Amino acid sequence: MPVTILTWLGIGWIGFLLLPWYGLEDGITRTPLRYYLGDEAGPGLIQAALHAKWWLWPVAAALALPLLALRPNSDHRRAGTILIVVGTAGLAWISLQGFALTHRGWGWSILAEMFGPTTQRQFGMGWGAASVATSLLFLLTTGLARRGAMRGDAFVTGAIGIVVATVALFVFWPVIEVLFEAALTNDGRYGLMPLANRLTTQTIWGLGCFQGQRSCGVFWNSVLLATIVGITTTLLGLAFALLAQRTAFPAKPLLKLVAVLPVITPPFVIGLAIILLFGRNGAVTLFLESAFGIPPTRWIYGLPGLVLVQTLAFAPIAFMVLLGVVQGVSPSMEEAAQTLRASRWRVFTTVTLPLIRPGLANSFLIGFVESLADFGNPLVLAGNFNVLSTQIFFAIVGAQSDPGRAAALSMVLLAVCLAAFFLQNVWLGKRAYTTVSGKGDGGMHAPLPRGARWFIYGTAVPWMAFTLIVYAMIVVGGFVENFGRDNSFTLKHYVVTFGIEWGQHGIVWAGRAWNSLFTTLQLSALAAPLTAAIGLLTAYLLARQTFAGKQAFEFTTMLSFAIPGTVIGVSYIVAFNVPPLELTGTGIILVICFVFRNMPVAIRAGVATLSQIDKSLDECSLMLRHGSFATLRRVVLPLLRPAIVAALVYSFVRAITSVSAVVFLVSAEYNLATAYIVNRVEVSDYGVAIAYSSALVVIMAVGVGLIQLVVGERRLGRRGGASSILREASA
Amino acid sequence: MKISARSADVEFRDVTRRFGNVVAVDSISFTIASGTLVTLLGPSGCGKTTTLRMIAGLEIPSAGTIRIGGRDVTRLPATARDVSMVFQSYALFPHMNVIENVAYGLAVGGGSKAEQRDRARAGLELVGLAGYDARMPSELSGGQQQRVAVARALVLEPSVLLFDEPLSNLDAKLRRRMREEIRDLQQKLGLTAVYVTHDQEEALAVSDVIVVMSQARIAQSGSPAELYDQPATRFVADFIGGANLLPCEVGPHRDGVATCRLGPLAFDLPHRGIAAGGTTLAVRPHAIRLHTHPAADRLPARIRKATYLGSHIEFTLDSDVGELFAIASAGDGMQVSQGASVHASLGPGGLALVRD
Repeated sequence: MPVTILTWLGIGWIGFLLLPWYGLEDGITRTPLRYYLGDEAGPGLIQAALHAKWWLWPVAAALALPLLALRPNSDHRRAGTILIVVGTAGLAWISLQGFALTHRGWGWSILAEMFGPTTQRQFGMGWGAASVATSLLFLLTTGLARRGAMRGDAFVTGAIGIVVATVALFVFWPVIEVLFEAALTNDGRYGLMPLANRLTTQTIWGLGCFQGQRSCGVFWNSVLLATIVGITTTLLGLAFALLAQRTAFPAKPLLKLVAVLPVITPPFVIGLAIILLFGRNGAVTLFLESAFGIPPTRWIYGLPGLVLVQTLAFAPIAFMVLLGVVQGVSPSMEEAAQTLRASRWRVFTTVTLPLIRPGLANSFLIGFVESLADFGNPLVLAGNFNVLSTQIFFAIVGAQSDPGRAAALSMVLLAVCLAAFFLQNVWLGKRAYTTVSGKGDGGMHAPLPRGARWFIYGTAVPWMAFTLIVYAMIVVGGFVENFGRDNSFTLKHYVVTFGIEWGQHGIVWAGRAWNSLFTTLQLSALAAPLTAAIGLLTAYLLARQTFAGKQAFEFTTMLSFAIPGTVIGVSYIVAFNVPPLELTGTGIILVICFVFRNMPVAIRAGVATLSQIDKSLDECSLMLRHGSFATLRRVVLPLLRPAIVAALVYSFVRAITSVSAVVFLVSAEYNLATAYIVNRVEVSDYGVAIAYSSALVVIMAVGVGLIQLVVGERRLGRRGGASSILREASA
Repeated sequence: MKISARSADVEFRDVTRRFGNVVAVDSISFTIASGTLVTLLGPSGCGKTTTLRMIAGLEIPSAGTIRIGGRDVTRLPATARDVSMVFQSYALFPHMNVIENVAYGLAVGGGSKAEQRDRARAGLELVGLAGYDARMPSELSGGQQQRVAVARALVLEPSVLLFDEPLSNLDAKLRRRMREEIRDLQQKLGLTAVYVTHDQEEALAVSDVIVVMSQARIAQSGSPAELYDQPATRFVADFIGGANLLPCEVGPHRDGVATCRLGPLAFDLPHRGIAAGGTTLAVRPHAIRLHTHPAADRLPARIRKATYLGSHIEFTLDSDVGELFAIASAGDGMQVSQGASVHASLGPGGLALVRD
């Protein structure tokens, strides 16, 4: 274990002696000595010695003291205590000094009152500070292992440490900052009054629509929309699931296609297609006008359009959820009911439906939350029907620019989403009746009653057709001059978007999309392995280790799933706009955002696969003298390969399609594809938007095709269930 | 290259393991002598697997001390214990071939790649699988997988070798052969081995010593013959070999012998510290003989059920002292029809006084 301590100490010292203490983006590339000795890019030691930043000396002390733990013959447990104390104190001091002294002088007004004004300034922390903090964190966890935590396994304590620390830093802290932001007064103080005012305003809770005024508060709008969408998606999802499982429907592969499509579609694309069909200049609208003289209206902008679009977008998710539930109903139950002389209808209503009722509730909650969190579709379609997610956005970027209001709205949205998440986990978790036991469970499902069958065909089939038409629109829309008005074939949108020219110096990426597309692919490709690594590490801890507080740990790691993207976006702006962590405008913040937004997908894929791998393989490796890290590397990881691939590609795809969070975080230098498209839609440049969107769908279809290809080919044929991982990950 | 053993003894002193409020192992103490094969036997949930896993270091005791070869290993992790284990599921790494599996544990101990290979090959030879190096686990039969698992554990020359129900995934015939092979190997190498099973026949066949566990405690330990001939409790008598447990009256004892009255019958049996008064007489099914004629030392009984099983017949009898289960060899011309009256004699042998 001295090797572990030495390695982390070394990294800490490199950070303190060589890497720039401040600044993340360009710090490392400035090598000349004057930068090295300067107060901008200088490392911690230089800052402390030459620039009077005396408060960095304790950091040096924290990095020196662990040497005591390295003395030969030093007591194992005492050394552990030293590391724990030094690591904790060092981390505490680094954060304390970061908050106490910022780019505007004292960070807390109480310090100014105590010590008077200061001329000292600190920028955001840089690579130097980051590697010192990392080093101290791992010294702390190594110390805990030396004291006997996790059976003395330094790898496991380190893994728990890094996951807890990063989730706290990049999920919890920003959300807490939002709370403070909502309580911030105009003169920069905190108070309960502004918080109370912002949280109780009429624009959120108003019931004007019942008193003849134009609209209700955004809360009611959002909840109304989410409730309707929850119901419609659940009903459609159930119809699809029964269609797939319980009928002889001939075109089942189509169902699979319909199920995969939303995974690879950026969320606002369906809204876009709906505008092309039903907008004032939409194809259907114009046809109705010319054929029947129905004048065009703006009915699609508002609640009806949103319900239509979100149902299109989220019904496939409900389908995925309910497919598993319907599959899980044991045929023997239905056979038992039949032998007890129940009619088909009676079997369906008294056995099948009650068994899947918790699944229906779950599906409703998922649709409810998806609708609440949806940002792209309301942005293009809401019209005057204000919902929480878009109002948060406009409070930040609009003319009003009121972060406090955005923060308050975020808290309301977060509260509703978390309530749904709690319901799902605590209440529904105990009520699942459908389990596949693996025991003798053969037999045939009871045939559906005739009425139910016709209902299913009558809803699911037209809806499927509608979905396919909508997707066809996305493809066709890119190739016509001006959809609806002028349907002549053209490549002009693609040329404008993806044009390539030959200039004097070779290829010129002339198309307008290239810049954002390259950035998107680059950042997503960077985020994917990080997401997979931290997600699978978390999955390993959850599935294979037991420790105090594990349930809370699991709950918190999954929590970032329940936080709507808009809230994440706002919280990142609020938390990471000023020192000590100044990340806005960088590519790093986008990567971090991707990683912690998509981590739960990787966790689920990992846990699903690990639960199929016999735990005695790990134990056996331990018995054969391999420590837990060697076991992870030589036994677990090779067997986890399908989950790795699934996690990689899904986090890649989800990074590309995400819009709600990143729309707050993009900058001129780091613009992303989705943000660019949203921008085009806002100025009604539909041709480019649709061309770009369809290109994205194709890119991601290739991505998903790749996983299914790779995951389909598992080396160990006998351990089936690859498709269940896919379903798990996409649900 | 030769595989030898560096056997050590194992000592449990007042070892307890709790999982939350559940006590899986309740303050047990025993010693396993070096070079012997000891079986932990008991019904499922009795704590035998937890006990084994505590020797392995996969579970850490809540209280008590475990010593291996005199060294206190109570808090040591599995990697530092010099113990190997053969898992119920074999736990062969499915992404490695046979030789990689066997050499896996050797990679940590140092030594050149060639040495590791040689040692792994020696291990495979020991279990009769020479030449199977490049096979994948999925290409092996159940018995072969079992042997690879044993070889993998043996090549580390552990001071203790653990078996967690190693034969439960094999069919009956193979199980018999494998248990003999394991026993031969253990005796040939002089290994200290601890073996967990819930199959009493398997335990009787392979063990030097059997530790019978029940409800997180040790019910009795001893050699197979001791346990069968002198079960200490009703539980042990019934679990090992099966027994009719009949209420009887014990008189005062002299010279280690007490007279036991069962209905009209009386037996002189070793009293084994049992006080005078009511207690239980354990009667092995084989110790009951059926006769057509009455006699003073015979109990009148009526056949309720007779099941013909080829080599023998199983009888369920009604008698004044209670229901009796008897096994008799077939073909001695007995009238075995249901409802027939018979006369049963008990013993000699196959009778023991047991505590409740």
